[in-house]
Amino acid sequence: MILTSNTPEFLIERNKERCIHCQVCVRQCANKAHYFDEEDGKVDSIDINCVNCHRCVCLCPTKAITVRKFPLEFRENSNWTPAVMRGIYKQAETGGILLSGMGNDRPYPIYWDHLLLNASQVTNPSIDPLRKPMELKTFIGRKPEKLDFDQQGRLITPLNCQLELDLPIMFSAMSFGSISLNAIKSLARAAVELGTFYNTGEGGLHQDLYSYGSNTIVQVASGRFGVHPQYFNAGAAIEIKIGQGAKPGIGGHLPGEKVGLEVSKTRMIPEGSDAISPAPHHDIYSIEDLRQLIYSLKEATRYAKPVFVKIAAVHNVAAIASGIARAGADAIVIDGFRGGTGAAPLRTRDSVGIPIELALAAVDDRLRQESIRGQVSVIAAGSIRNSSDVVKAIALGADAVYVASAALISLGCHMCQKCYTGKCNWGIATQDPHLTKRLNPEIGCQRAVNLLRAWEHEIKELLGGMGINAIESLRGNRLMLRGIGLSDRELEILGIGAAGQ
Amino acid sequence: MDCVMNKQRQLEGQIRIPSGCAISGIFNRRGECFSGEDIIKSMALMHDRSNGLGGGFAAYGIYPEYADFNALQLFFEHADSRVKTEEFISRHFEIEKSEKIPTRKVPGIGPGPIIWRYFAKPNVEKVERSGLNELEYTMRCVMRINAEIPGAFVASSGKNMGAFKAVGFPEDVGEFYRLEEYQGYLWTAHGRFPTNTPGWWGGAHPFTLLDWSIVHNGEISSYGANRRYLEMFGYVCALQTDTEAITYIFDYLLRKQQVPLELAVKIVAAPFWSELAHLDKNEQELVKSLRAMYSSLLINGPFSIILGSRNGMMALNDRIKLRPLVAAEKGDFLYVASEESAIREICSQPDKVWSPRGGEPIIGLLEGAEKL
Repeated sequence: MILTSNTPEFLIERNKERCIHCQVCVRQCANKAHYFDEEDGKVDSIDINCVNCHRCVCLCPTKAITVRKFPLEFRENSNWTPAVMRGIYKQAETGGILLSGMGNDRPYPIYWDHLLLNASQVTNPSIDPLRKPMELKTFIGRKPEKLDFDQQGRLITPLNCQLELDLPIMFSAMSFGSISLNAIKSLARAAVELGTFYNTGEGGLHQDLYSYGSNTIVQVASGRFGVHPQYFNAGAAIEIKIGQGAKPGIGGHLPGEKVGLEVSKTRMIPEGSDAISPAPHHDIYSIEDLRQLIYSLKEATRYAKPVFVKIAAVHNVAAIASGIARAGADAIVIDGFRGGTGAAPLRTRDSVGIPIELALAAVDDRLRQESIRGQVSVIAAGSIRNSSDVVKAIALGADAVYVASAALISLGCHMCQKCYTGKCNWGIATQDPHLTKRLNPEIGCQRAVNLLRAWEHEIKELLGGMGINAIESLRGNRLMLRGIGLSDRELEILGIGAAGQ
Repeated sequence: MDCVMNKQRQLEGQIRIPSGCAISGIFNRRGECFSGEDIIKSMALMHDRSNGLGGGFAAYGIYPEYADFNALQLFFEHADSRVKTEEFISRHFEIEKSEKIPTRKVPGIGPGPIIWRYFAKPNVEKVERSGLNELEYTMRCVMRINAEIPGAFVASSGKNMGAFKAVGFPEDVGEFYRLEEYQGYLWTAHGRFPTNTPGWWGGAHPFTLLDWSIVHNGEISSYGANRRYLEMFGYVCALQTDTEAITYIFDYLLRKQQVPLELAVKIVAAPFWSELAHLDKNEQELVKSLRAMYSSLLINGPFSIILGSRNGMMALNDRIKLRPLVAAEKGDFLYVASEESAIREICSQPDKVWSPRGGEPIIGLLEGAEKL
């Protein structure tokens, strides 16, 4: 027996009176945390394999299963915590980089939860969305400095090349490879139904997805996987991915295990090979290089499609965003450090980058100082968890937000953070056909639509409460925000007053 | 906020004060002039819509003999601010005439600032050197006086027009300024009901910029969004009032962006998306382009405003009409007011009285004028 210091993280508890040994849990668990003992005719568990994804808990017909934190405790130590020590054990055994999935889970301040919204009382009536129109339509795209009118007051050149969003929420980049085709189909269909957009990530566009092209944002990342002229022309907009909030400074990584035939064809790479994107784009080593890529893409699509540039929220984000605006991007996507991912080195995920709230405020301020905020759209991403986060992001200065983790949770994700293993029991972050068929795109679509419709209602209620009936009157309207439990410096960066002020 | 810091005694502007109001406007389309008596009567009827903490009037056509000069009407907190301002004006303008604005003692008006007016033309050489056009030059000078000279405030700066305002009820303000002695073809007025007591004359309305004047009733919920957008184009919202922001919005759209008035209205009180279906395709495209381009200048929340200019006036409600606004016509006269009674008080038998829908502008243009 090999000596290992790794102990289970979770304990599977089976209520013996309820369990009927039907083996549903055995069949559902790709991690093999359950097994059937032929001799005893009984189901039992291997705790160390459990990732606590709740698949067995939810599907157990007699509700016999509970999963708890494994009760084994280390001697109390605030410095050498169990997580720190387990990391060391793993590295001592493997010599590898620690991997993680989904967003940063460390207890950094979540500024959304320190922002409070305003409401009208007496001097300005609140507006009731059940009785009055409430408008969320948002346009993403570059705006000129001026519109020109002829003598009759007609527009000489109409504003074109704008994405029209029925609500200011889009599905953020998730590649085919990192998530299943059924997961993407769910979101693509939801985007069509909601009048918004989903994003291919760097996984290319599977043949089945071309029919959703007018609601698709196609991404160009440093690996250039699946990038070709039809790909560009299929989409409604193009996004250049420079960086991602979960792993600023490094490229995407799709393990070979997830590269099956379909992923291989779509990405145009050999089956079973790791798809490792370079850390930088090898044709972008400077802001002027970025400008060239932006305009190459515009040329390739005859200036008919907006080009977004996505960057991770890092220390100098404001200056970088200003450069991107001047380089000709139609929209800047800022991805905060709590943004999700299919796979990221743990240390990068947990300690590189800054929160989206601060980055967004800084970017919006800088673009205004430079008088160019009106020309470019700003999209905030990196852990928008609910409708009030959306409202707060827009009040801080975003035109729209991207959501991804929340969308996956609506499809069934339970945040077990093991996307990189390819064994997602919910059929989302996996390419295993036995698992992917668990996610029905019809149902997935309905759930994602339900989620955003619910948010839409909530946003309208919050807006109406503030006496606002069009989302654009909230954009950058920081008077609608007050901070609670924040330092003066944080309030200053967020550009808001303190509660009671 | 930092612009405010330079200005020690600027009471309005240190905090944002919501207020309710009464507004009224009388306009003669043929440009025939009449005294300020009617507008004062109209405002007096709406006495209860104000609370004595601010009233004011804008009048056009009142200085025919100085029609080519900017009439800079100023408040000075003390003699020193007047000296500094006069130095500044002499450096940047050619002063034709300088005088105290005539007033009379009225019980309802307490002690106030020194009130002065200058008829002046921008210094041609300086304008040329600045690389700006005359209007932009004048506007920047006005903003500098307001922001940089302690105790000085420009109440109005347009040509052949003036703003007359004070802390008090509007009818008392009218009497105080002896407005019955002035003859104008367009009068607008404002009575204020602020929730706080700034007690500062500069904070009363109308708010003006060059030839524009605005009287406004309401509290806009888009203020923060509007303001931060305007600040990108050099506007300093020192007073933190909605009226100031609305004035700048119209100045930006009509003067700087050269947007026709009818379209500017579609920007600030945009038609609802649901109404778009009733428009033809070109019109739809136009409305969409305007809204996408100028979305930050949509004025949200309750308002009724009267925008005055040398060429006429435009009255407008927010798009769901959260504030009252009534219009009437009689011969060459166009009336608008917060209440119908305020119109009937001075014109008992109008040819037509109507209540405009939210977002539907009432535009009155001087004979021969093509735009406001």
